[in-house]
Amino acid sequence: MNIIACVKQVPDTEAQIKVKADGSGIDDGQIKWVMNPYDEYGVEEALKLKEKNGGDVTIVSVGPARAMETIRTALAMGADKGIHICDAVLDNADAFVTASALAAAIKGLPHDIIFCGQRAIDDDSGQVGAMLAELLGISQLTLVTKVDFAGSSVKVIRPIEGAQLSVETSLPCVVTAQKGLNEPRYASLPGIMKAKKKPVDVKNAAALGIATDVKAKVAKVIPPPARAAGKIICGDDAAQKAAELARCLREEAKVI
Amino acid sequence: MAKGIFVIAEQRDGALRKVSFELASAARKLADQTGDEVSAILLGSGIESLAAGLGKFGVDKVFVGDNAALEPYVTEAHAQVVAKILKDNDAAIALFGASVQGKDLSARVAAKLAGGLATDCTDVKVDGGKLVAVRPMYAGKCFGEVVFNTTPAMASLRPNVFAAVENAKAAAVTKVDVAVDGVKSKVLEVQKDASGKVDLTEANIIVSGGRGMKGPDEYKILEELADVLKGTVGASRAAVDAGWRPQKDQVGQTGKVVSPNLYIACGISGAIQHLAGMSSSKCIVAINKDAEAPIFTKADFGVVDDLFKVVPELTAACKKLVA
Ligand SMILES: Cc1cc2nc3c(=O)[nH]c(=O)nc-3n(C[C@@H](O)[C@H](O)[C@H](O)COP(=O)(O)OP(=O)(O)OC[C@H]3O[C@@H](n4cnc5c(N)ncnc54)[C@H](O)[C@@H]3O)c2cc1C
Ligand SMILES: Cc1cc2nc3c(=O)[nH]c(=O)nc-3n(C[C@H](O)[C@H](O)[C@H](O)COP(=O)(O)OP(=O)(O)OC[C@H]3O[C@@H](n4cnc5c(N)ncnc54)[C@H](O)[C@@H]3O)c2cc1C
Repeated sequence: MNIIACVKQVPDTEAQIKVKADGSGIDDGQIKWVMNPYDEYGVEEALKLKEKNGGDVTIVSVGPARAMETIRTALAMGADKGIHICDAVLDNADAFVTASALAAAIKGLPHDIIFCGQRAIDDDSGQVGAMLAELLGISQLTLVTKVDFAGSSVKVIRPIEGAQLSVETSLPCVVTAQKGLNEPRYASLPGIMKAKKKPVDVKNAAALGIATDVKAKVAKVIPPPARAAGKIICGDDAAQKAAELARCLREEAKVI
Repeated sequence: MAKGIFVIAEQRDGALRKVSFELASAARKLADQTGDEVSAILLGSGIESLAAGLGKFGVDKVFVGDNAALEPYVTEAHAQVVAKILKDNDAAIALFGASVQGKDLSARVAAKLAGGLATDCTDVKVDGGKLVAVRPMYAGKCFGEVVFNTTPAMASLRPNVFAAVENAKAAAVTKVDVAVDGVKSKVLEVQKDASGKVDLTEANIIVSGGRGMKGPDEYKILEELADVLKGTVGASRAAVDAGWRPQKDQVGQTGKVVSPNLYIACGISGAIQHLAGMSSSKCIVAINKDAEAPIFTKADFGVVDDLFKVVPELTAACKKLVA
């Protein structure tokens, strides 16, 4: 089967994010870049499906030159080939433009299942998977924790608020991965060596023939609202502290 | 010119979900500034009677799509109908819930309309008659102000952040009959959580436990506190990965993003990935024996002590207060 996994390179979760003084974005000088954690689940599931059913796994990423490292990481985990959509005009892309670029690249490839992460942990939009499905005219199964592949269809588990759904759809489709789906493997040393020789096709926006005008624009980036300093509850013992805390929650914060 | 503020209501099993009222109230507030009407889109089967419930929270008009193909929710079916209604009415603004369903639906609709969407917003305002949506980015380490170059301007609103305010309006019903075709997905089974507790993303009060809980059985003291406060129990990733709590309980960057009125963190150090999931809570309490734990930097109230002593006492104290 032909499996695609979309991966985005994002700042490490530990990264300190500093807003530029002019509010135009964030200062990305000091950031360590990694594969979006949700995409690790997508790549792992793609590899598991391939190992069970045969076929190959193609990694697609939109991003600047450094995104190649993330594509190589996925190849080192065991994916077969990559497509790197790299173009300065995409630096300020929104989710729709990103999804359009991915759709244009994937359209020409055979695809049975496309994995995305449920969201990228930097921009946190959680839109690209569903948009990609719409642009390709195929169905989407979002926020998935289990995938059962059955020939021409796929059955998944999707947790929703207070319940779990079992949903089935025919292929091709987009599946967006969340934690609980699997335990992503680490790239092995031989895997890393092999990855260097695996083919990665680099494409620009013109080659894909997509429009790059954004629909939603981040006009300004601002630091989070400051939180007033908290209060440490004093008391001689746990019972006193607990009683004082309960009083504060009732009388000061008015939350219980 | 595009006009009208639309909210995409969410119902399950014939009852409106709380986020629908939050959306209606947020839309009403915007409409009172722009002079627009608030319309709701309500889809499902046998749900027309729910329209009045939306009127209570400020909705002028309800587009009701009553069709067996729209129950239960399936993305492709709902997206077709919502996109068509927004387009036919040349909507200026469309608000969705940033619930599981709302996120799934909004992105699909946005792609159908080739429009802009801001996800999981914590504030919406109008500037010069146009929508400005404020949303956390980088897990709340900064916020983005999003403006839109297309109509409708679309935003999904984080549950529990916007107040549901009663403000009775007519909620005049317009029935829409939209043919739904080409739907390939099917819900085979719905398995409800046995606990019957409110989901973390919608809970007003969360009592959360981390590695400091020492093991799965010890969560009983958190369950007891949560019962007294009518809250829901959450967990850190350390507790979930240890197998003490199910995945659905995880709060944080790779778990759920929550904004309750009260978040009580017990035996949680406050790692940046945990803070990512709960820093928009209105009141944060930390109970931790380590005075240096980073969680205290985010806490409104902190107790430096052994949680196994404090929590049962807190349960007893709260029981007296809420009785
Ligand atoms: C300098 C700068 C300016 C920006 N300006 C804007 C702006 O004006 N408006 C705006 O809306 N956004 C802006 N963005 C953010 C934008 O580029 C987002 O990356 C885009 O909106 C996609 O959303 P997301 O990354 O949150 O993806 P999500 O929708 O959260 O991603 C879900 C999944 O889709 C896949 N995916 C997402 N992105 C990629 C990718 N690049 N390559 C491969 N797969 C991918 C992954 O599998 C991912 O897990 C800006 C970013 C930067 C760095
Ligand atoms: C990519 C990535 C994603 C992640 N996503 C998440 C996420 O979504 N959610 C999340 O929570 N974490 C996440 N993490 C993990 C995170 O980095 C931390 O490891 C985790 O949050 C720690 O959990 P904890 O606070 O329960 O445990 P610890 O950090 O071990 O803290 C335990 C605390 O309990 C206190 N304690 C111990 N005994 C007692 C006692 N008797 N009384 C009072 N206090 C006591 C200790 O002082 C300590 O502060 C992620 C990490 C990565 C790398």
